Amino acid sequence: MSTSSVSKGCFVFKPSSKKRRISSPTADYFSEGKNDSEDSGLRFATCQLLWKQINSETEKIQEELNKQLFDNLISFLRQSHSEFQTKKTEWMCRMKTSEIPTAALVLGVNVTDHEVTFKSLSEVLQDNITPYVVSLQAKECPGIKHLLQKLMGQLMDRCVDVDLSEEEECVNISQKKIRCSMASLSKWYESVTKKTGSETPSKKRTSSSRHWQFPPIVVIFKDMESFTTKVLQDFIIISSQHIHEFPLVFIFGIATSPMIIHRLLPHSVSSLLCIELFQSLSCKEHLATVIDKLLLTTQFPFKLSEKVLQVLINIFLYHDFSVQNFIKGFQLSIVEHFYSQPLSMLCCQLLEAKKRVNSLSHNQCENIRGLPSFRRYVESQISEKQIALLTEDSFLKEVTQTLLEDLHIYHENYFPVLRCLHVFTTSLPKYPLGKQIRELHCACLGKRVWETEEYGSAVQLLRMLAKAELVAILQKCVEIFTSSSGKQFSNTVEKLEEFLLRFQNLEAETNEVQDVSVSSQKELQKKTDLYHLQKTLLELKESKRSKKLTKFEMLRFEVVDFIDSLVRSYLAPAEMQTLNEVVYFNTANILREHLNAAPRIALHTALNNPYCYLKNQTLKSDVGCISNTAPDICIVYKLHLECGRLINLVDWLEAFSTVVTAVEGTDPDSVATDQVDEIIHARFIRAVSELELLGFIKPSKQKTDHVARLTWGGC
Amino acid sequence: MSQLELKRNKVLEARFVADEDVLKHISDNGGVKVRKDRAQLALNVKRFVKKLENISDDDEAQEILEEQNYVAVLGACAEDSLRNGPSAGGGKIYSFQTPKRSGKMAELASELAQTPGKNVTFDSSQYPEKPASTPQSSKKYSASNKAQLKSKKNEFVSTTPYRLRKRLTAPSLRSDSESDYSASCSEEEEEDKDHKETSDVILDQKTPSKTRAAPTPASKKTPAKKLKEEMMSNLVEEYFEAHSSSKVLTSDRTLQKLQKRKLDQQTLLVLLNKAPPAFTAELKELNQQHESLFSKWMLQLHLGFSIVLYGLGSKRDLLEKFRTSLLQDSVHLVVNGFFPSITVRSILNSITEEVLDHVGTFRSPLDQLDLIMKRFKEDSSVELYLLIHNLDSKMLRGDKSQQILAQLASLPNIHLIASIDHINAPLMWDQAKQSLYNWLWYETTTFSPYLEETSYENSLLVQQSGSLALSSLTHVLHSLTPNARGIFRLLAQYHLENKDNPSYPGLSFQDFYQRCREAFLVNSDLTLRAQLTEFRDHKLIRTKRGTDGVEYLLIPVDNGTLTDFLEKEDEDM
Repeated sequence: MSTSSVSKGCFVFKPSSKKRRISSPTADYFSEGKNDSEDSGLRFATCQLLWKQINSETEKIQEELNKQLFDNLISFLRQSHSEFQTKKTEWMCRMKTSEIPTAALVLGVNVTDHEVTFKSLSEVLQDNITPYVVSLQAKECPGIKHLLQKLMGQLMDRCVDVDLSEEEECVNISQKKIRCSMASLSKWYESVTKKTGSETPSKKRTSSSRHWQFPPIVVIFKDMESFTTKVLQDFIIISSQHIHEFPLVFIFGIATSPMIIHRLLPHSVSSLLCIELFQSLSCKEHLATVIDKLLLTTQFPFKLSEKVLQVLINIFLYHDFSVQNFIKGFQLSIVEHFYSQPLSMLCCQLLEAKKRVNSLSHNQCENIRGLPSFRRYVESQISEKQIALLTEDSFLKEVTQTLLEDLHIYHENYFPVLRCLHVFTTSLPKYPLGKQIRELHCACLGKRVWETEEYGSAVQLLRMLAKAELVAILQKCVEIFTSSSGKQFSNTVEKLEEFLLRFQNLEAETNEVQDVSVSSQKELQKKTDLYHLQKTLLELKESKRSKKLTKFEMLRFEVVDFIDSLVRSYLAPAEMQTLNEVVYFNTANILREHLNAAPRIALHTALNNPYCYLKNQTLKSDVGCISNTAPDICIVYKLHLECGRLINLVDWLEAFSTVVTAVEGTDPDSVATDQVDEIIHARFIRAVSELELLGFIKPSKQKTDHVARLTWGGC
Repeated sequence: MSQLELKRNKVLEARFVADEDVLKHISDNGGVKVRKDRAQLALNVKRFVKKLENISDDDEAQEILEEQNYVAVLGACAEDSLRNGPSAGGGKIYSFQTPKRSGKMAELASELAQTPGKNVTFDSSQYPEKPASTPQSSKKYSASNKAQLKSKKNEFVSTTPYRLRKRLTAPSLRSDSESDYSASCSEEEEEDKDHKETSDVILDQKTPSKTRAAPTPASKKTPAKKLKEEMMSNLVEEYFEAHSSSKVLTSDRTLQKLQKRKLDQQTLLVLLNKAPPAFTAELKELNQQHESLFSKWMLQLHLGFSIVLYGLGSKRDLLEKFRTSLLQDSVHLVVNGFFPSITVRSILNSITEEVLDHVGTFRSPLDQLDLIMKRFKEDSSVELYLLIHNLDSKMLRGDKSQQILAQLASLPNIHLIASIDHINAPLMWDQAKQSLYNWLWYETTTFSPYLEETSYENSLLVQQSGSLALSSLTHVLHSLTPNARGIFRLLAQYHLENKDNPSYPGLSFQDFYQRCREAFLVNSDLTLRAQLTEFRDHKLIRTKRGTDGVEYLLIPVDNGTLTDFLEKEDEDM
């Protein structure tokens, strides 16, 4: 069955049911189209497992980060209608003012992350406060009618969810197509609460004891800014009329600033709301936590190289501020890594990896031998060992196991030291190595950090730290090292604690020193002789100059040197590690191509320089100029660049045929008959309509046989 | 000699008027006063050049100086003191080409035609011919020289400049009375005269001189590159310059004058099939590169990503191949976005009706979407692959359509793979939609022609589906009474008789009634009116009220179709 037709644009293909594939073919695609299909199943399984773990971890992070916010919201909701629960009459008195309690939830510009937040919010609310939670989106509610419809619909469905026993009745109601009005809503609420209240309090207690007898109706406006002002105003005014009949609470999701409420709603309307502001965690902090929990840990064997991380962070910072997209990029890099690197099967927990090394095939061993980092390693060995490594698989496997362990240890050491260094550098003015730990991480991953200029200046600044700061930092470092899993750090911790102790002792010493100086000053006061005074003063000055370093300064130097030595020994760039290719994903350009593509540039290069794609020597030409043998569309495009706003089709056609006939080298006399070859005409037509499809030109009515140019500036 | 000098003067005049013309086009169209100033300026320049001519006969220097003047004139409109300013290099000259000139395209064309695919280098054998193209040469001289040029150039390149010149001049010679180029503003009389007189001279001379200037060492960099650099610098100004005035200077020639019939879709296809395919090997290689990604696409589709293909060239064949090779055993829906009457509704309908076997109608697409989402969420075993060719087509690019499609794509068991072509296609999606789509971008430049995609398009040069109109014409008329058919025939014949009359207003109702009566087709004007109403309902005729208040009847079908129709009718009778 073909998919081109003049009467139809959609074609459905349904294979017969027996031929239909059943389940989990994903793994097949993983191995398909690859030469080294062995272990691909294992690789895919590892990949999926890893992704699942990471995904659940991100969800957990999100939950934790939102916890505070949600708790605040819940307490607000509880409080807002507490009167309604206890003394109805009093509450009604208060509500004479007809103010609707409203929570303005400022979520930030990363709109793509909001969906997740709202989802978990409504879950939390349903668990804790009320079964009646309605979320509305602007695009679903172009008018007040739609809004009410949506509201009722969601409430009725909810009601079905809550008490299954009443299902029939509810279905009846919704099928009767009740008129969607506030009156019917309040009637519905009355019936529902009465039923639950009068019917069986005991049953109610057991089934949903968390809810009160009169649970509030919570309406969430997910994207407040996109709602039409009219709809919002009308809804608020109408609901304020009915607020004494049932407890209603609004939650506004706001992406910009709380000011928007007052800009959208006139005073007469906003005065009907009793607004309380809630601020969610900023996306930057969210990202920092995600990076901290996913990347700066040995929990997950998979790692991102410097460039990849840079690409992901750049997309985040310069394009969308979306943590979801960051995680998507992370997912893509996991998939790409496992798909493209045959040795990625070793990218799992250390014990498992060691087991897998034992069962490596010969091909895989060859793969290991081909790794650049492994080659470097081999070259550094003595010649007999080199031969053994390159010829004996069993020996290679042994070595690989130890190397993998080394890599693991490297990571175990790397992260605590990195955090420690970060503690030091964040206390410096102007942050020479970056404010965020991710910047420091990137710097360390890419190159030897201690060779960089920034590091040099950072160390210099460190040598000028005040004592109190230094002590605080050292204490933090001790905490970091003690909490880290690495066993090698017991020495380091001891050393650091020793430093701390010495700082304390120093305090005592300085007291003594002060005593000395005080005494000298006393002496000074005693001497009244001008000559002696001058002499002592000079002496004092001398002593100050000569005694360059106090004990504190010496100690400070020692501390900084110690940190420096830690950095030098543990923060070596990952690329230097043997077998780093197994766990590091480093093809950053793939990520950039797929996530942050530039379709216009691709189109432009294809049109301007077809040689980029068609590797034909005749197409090779200088920059900015194309060969006349190029595809028709390129020539036509090039010619159109020479024109202004309007293009005369006849001129264009003639210019085109000039170029094309020149290539074909036809006899000039044959074309002399003013008639352009039909075929060339046809080719021209095709090229022009292609340009129209691509959006470079459009037909114009300004002049006969003219088209208008839609682009400006050659791109 | 004096005669020759006179001629020279004339030629010189021609050149500067032409420049003036361009100048007028570029700078804002100030009042008459400014123009007069400029005319005077041009006069000054003329005199200067004449003087200069006496001094030096070094043509190249002359040319540069001239250009310099040209630059100066344009740069400092009213003052001509810049004449002895800094000597302009080749770069200056070329950089000044940015303002679009009407002849520019032809120039580039001949340039391109010359630029050999086989890397032929231009040697110094050109230089002796230099005088040939200088403005001082008389027309006759130039022509003879051109022939010489042709013979010389034949040795290393094709003779395009000559042919181009010929082609360019030919139409204007044919239509002697009118200027080939129209500056859309009214010109002063003498200028106008000059302009007319010399328009073909300009065409004659400008092109070859330019094309030959291009390969000279003075302009090592290609003009196009210069062009681009310059563009970057004052892109914004140029944009507004070009859009500030409503006038655009383009040539007035129309396709009709080319005496070329419009091709219809059928013949176009036939002709294109005749055209030799180029770069088959390279294209194949490109395609193979893309095809090797198929299984990766499948993998990523299954992992919850959607795939969007971009890049020059039709991606239809590629997607078709993907479909036939990997999707044969699964439920999939192919959507031709380029189909002119595709709607989101029809996509949703095919999902609900054919994929989900749902019977019933929906109040709105949103309801329909809700049902689809519900069904797909309930039953995770249902999988659907959605292939959309040209997601950015006119019918689908709307915000609402994209929103619905994005929501479809966000379902875990709907796998979307789509292609986009328009340069501004990515602007369709905001952050929210992009995250719903969850795109992975793949560049698939195929260079294959957009045959299917453009076949529906009512292209400018393709005849508007005449066959369709013809069949509808016959269908409608076959259902009518013989008398009614006769009435229409009468009108059609009259229409064809007057096809060469450009001011033909149509047949007035009274005349038509007379004729019908004479042919015994109607007996009262009421019957005729009733009949005409029927025609009008079927859009066979159109009525127009003329200036004198009389009703005129027209057939809004082009003459070719009408002739075909009449012939067919004759056969049937």
